[in-house]
Amino acid sequence: MKTVFEWTKGMLDTESHYCPGCTHGIAHRLIMEVLEERGDLGNTIGVTPVGCSIIGHKYMNVDAIEASHGRAPAVASGIKRVHPDSLVFTYQGDGDLASIGTGELIHVAERGENICTFFINNAIYGMTGGQMAPTTLLGQKTTTCVDGRTVKQSGSPLRICEMIETIDGAVYVERVSLHDPAGVRAAKKAIERAFKVQELGLGYAFVELLSTCPTNWGMTPVQSLEWVKTNMIPYYPVKQFKCPEEVK
Amino acid sequence: MGEKKLMKGNEAFALAAIKAGCRFYFGYPITPQNEIPEYMSRELAKAGGAFIQAESELASINMAYGAAAAGGRVLISSSSPGIALMQEGFSDLAVIQAPVVAINVMRSGPGIGGIQPAQADYFQVTRGGGNGDYHVIVYAPKSIQEAVEMIYKSFDIADEYRNPVMIAVDGMLGQMMEPVVIPEAIPAMEEDEIGKYKPWALTGHKNKREHNTINSVFLQQEVLEDFNLNVLAPKYQKAEAELSEAECIDLEGAEVVFVAYGSTSRVVLEAMGMLREQGIRTGLIRPKTLWPFPYKVFDNIDPATKHVVSVELSMGQMIQDVKLAVNGRFPVGLINRVGGILLSPVEIAEKTKHLLEVK
Repeated sequence: MKTVFEWTKGMLDTESHYCPGCTHGIAHRLIMEVLEERGDLGNTIGVTPVGCSIIGHKYMNVDAIEASHGRAPAVASGIKRVHPDSLVFTYQGDGDLASIGTGELIHVAERGENICTFFINNAIYGMTGGQMAPTTLLGQKTTTCVDGRTVKQSGSPLRICEMIETIDGAVYVERVSLHDPAGVRAAKKAIERAFKVQELGLGYAFVELLSTCPTNWGMTPVQSLEWVKTNMIPYYPVKQFKCPEEVK
Repeated sequence: MGEKKLMKGNEAFALAAIKAGCRFYFGYPITPQNEIPEYMSRELAKAGGAFIQAESELASINMAYGAAAAGGRVLISSSSPGIALMQEGFSDLAVIQAPVVAINVMRSGPGIGGIQPAQADYFQVTRGGGNGDYHVIVYAPKSIQEAVEMIYKSFDIADEYRNPVMIAVDGMLGQMMEPVVIPEAIPAMEEDEIGKYKPWALTGHKNKREHNTINSVFLQQEVLEDFNLNVLAPKYQKAEAELSEAECIDLEGAEVVFVAYGSTSRVVLEAMGMLREQGIRTGLIRPKTLWPFPYKVFDNIDPATKHVVSVELSMGQMIQDVKLAVNGRFPVGLINRVGGILLSPVEIAEKTKHLLEVK
């Protein structure tokens, strides 16, 4: 019988702490699959954020470090200076990256740091129990906006890719969605391109992955995948914003 | 030893770091330490190192966190309000046991305060503003030469203890010029040697070992208690036993013993000379480390001494450690100026005579 799918060596054989239906597992797996296929698991250093994925390094077969809240891009910049030939990536959620970490995010892009960022946008703070994030959609209910987010109270959701696109040092910017198999395949391609950009030394590569949080959204896994499609994608369009010729 | 040169303090500190094998520096502008990032921006790349002007002090200490975790020899610098912004980072460096050397060129506060010299960061650097149970090892040089020597030593202490080390100088030492001899250069560690000397560092596992992970979060309380009690506590006990340093001058027969650190101790020495001419015998304890504080040398104070006086450019911060060290054996007084005003030898001498009720 022909083997058509195997557990990637990039994912360690341990039990995950993620909730059923959460797409962190898919995002982890895709990044690790790409690194395994590139032959770079031994040559990669990851930075995990404060949030549900802080212990993501327990599952990923690469050297990795936890950064304090929002600081992963600065930490990664320091690592890259010491190991310029290693692949360095940050893995950050929307509370970490789009709220407390905006300063580090803007300036890692401004400097055109030769690293990759994988941005998990699930429109909510997961680990702390479902509070409003800058990416929370209008009308979406969270524990700090129980009647739904309003413009009057909290402004409008932040579109990070659209903001990063304007910065010259960010040479590759793409938003993908993990809500269906086609989206997952497209996400893997985006991750491949991001690492290729880094390998070629072209600058900062940023991939946003629209993701689920069934527990804090109060939905079943299937409902939450549907919610990404019907609610998140209309506001956060799946799109390649920028891509250097070399990796097209 | 190299040749004697006349150098500005901040530039000598930066040069000393490069000569001590530092190859990674992350800085942010703040007066009165700007010559450090300026010097590094010009000179570090020539030595094969890397300089980043960070977007904030928060970012610079987190760049240092990454570079130190990756096995680099790392320096950061700032001045009081910038060091305040970095406090979370010091707690993080302590928990991941990352060796980083930080220079704090202290200015006056609180708040944005002023840009003139002060020693009002004593609590900040010895008690820490970061969360949790941790310590930063703190050296307090009195001269540019001593600062240079302490910077050399600090990189090795940081590596040995796997802990952040701070050089706390006041703005005067950063801004003044003095003759200085830079010791012989220490070769920098090559990237491919890091795994051998720092097996815990992030280097990529090269498919030859299990992955290294460096964590700051402890989700099980028993694991964190075990780490605090069995990793951090013995380290800090060893530092207290081995690292505290002080210089003692003329303690025997002294009526008054001054306690002063940094450039203030030099002003005190001038005042001691003036008082001697007036028949008043005084001594000096000069802490060279602020943490661990040299409590034990206070046992050398002559029992006939009438007063111990903490002399500080702050509202009276070190005096708390002086009182702990004296432990009720002598009355403890304070002579100080704040807000960026320096003490003069005459002022110290006059205030000392007032304390002794000498007309």
